[in-house]
Amino acid sequence: MNITRRRLLLLTPAAAIAWKYVLASTPEDAPNYKVSEHWWGMLLDITRCIGCGNCVRACQIENHVPDGYFRTWVERYHVSDWSFDNPKVDSPDGGKNGFPAASDSSGKNFFVPKLCNHCKDSPCTQVCPVGATFDSPDGVVLIDQTYCLGCRYCIQACPYGCRYLHPTKEVADKCSLCYHRITKGLTTACAENCPTGARQLADLKNPKDPIHEFLKTHSVQVLKPHLATGAKVFYNGLDGSVR
Amino acid sequence: MRDFKDAEHLFRLLSVFVVGLIAFLLLRGSMVPRSFGQYGHYRGNAIAEIAASPISFAGHQACETCHSEIVEQKLKGKHARVNCEACHGPLAKHTEDPGSVTPVKLVPATLCIRCHEANAAKPKSFPQIVSAEHAGGTSCELCHKPHSPAINTEAGR
Repeated sequence: MNITRRRLLLLTPAAAIAWKYVLASTPEDAPNYKVSEHWWGMLLDITRCIGCGNCVRACQIENHVPDGYFRTWVERYHVSDWSFDNPKVDSPDGGKNGFPAASDSSGKNFFVPKLCNHCKDSPCTQVCPVGATFDSPDGVVLIDQTYCLGCRYCIQACPYGCRYLHPTKEVADKCSLCYHRITKGLTTACAENCPTGARQLADLKNPKDPIHEFLKTHSVQVLKPHLATGAKVFYNGLDGSVR
Repeated sequence: MRDFKDAEHLFRLLSVFVVGLIAFLLLRGSMVPRSFGQYGHYRGNAIAEIAASPISFAGHQACETCHSEIVEQKLKGKHARVNCEACHGPLAKHTEDPGSVTPVKLVPATLCIRCHEANAAKPKSFPQIVSAEHAGGTSCELCHKPHSPAINTEAGR
């Protein structure tokens, strides 16, 4: 074939596109876990939570969460009969070391553990400008910390306040639902260490998971349902005063 | 070709665009990670990287493979469903190397009240005590064995 200058010029963009596919055709080895077979969520039973802070401590150890920052934390609510709309909420050091005795034991008192809700339509991933935070195919909202710029958009976008900027890595950080554990067949660090079973990891795609029976037989709610985030952290016994 | 007689400058301009496009594609090919877009608008390999982090808590299944006598004790009491590391702390390193990494001895006085100190916000059905009044400073494990805490049970003795 006679390659004229014009023909060469026409061929080079085609070659460039072809080269891109050559580069792309070297996928990394997939781990021994099928993302398509799972859809993760969590069940929090408020009627069982004793506010011991085991989950907060376990999470900090498992995920190397710096002091003063929380991937999960526990709030104590005090709701009096006459001010349902204005509950008093405290969470000393995220509930990490338990809670002091209540100053006011009248009214309603209860604990609410909180963590990333792993929303199906998560506001945080929608605002990420670089694709550093994403919804994994098995329903976990994760952060690619090697890709994150630390712009903090996601921290502002999360309606549940579940994200923080890691003080030394300077990238966004949050609950990963212990992705490194659940893909190995273990439960999350918080659920593993909850002494009362108030926290339970749930695989909504697994028909044998007890979550299905629980959801059928209990009145379960998610936080801020009006935001339609598709939150997958289900609360049993959630009081209407919880924000 | 007569129509293109005075169009040489257009071809020159076109070649500039073509060179620009090639440069863009080459740069993009080298800068965008290879697994980007594998599952969605993110780096697909990030999933495997996050999943590869090491664990700190081994999980009760790992404990139970060796400590079967404790499992039996626990099954008889109220702490049957309290997992080992909830009290004993993270011990994945111990499961990897049981000889050299051993768990520390726990202090019942601080450990027990973490859960059982009375608090108005705790569920009413949960057993709670006021530690200052409950046993007059006697150590918990004199009466309650932690693996099976009820007093006067066979396992508790």
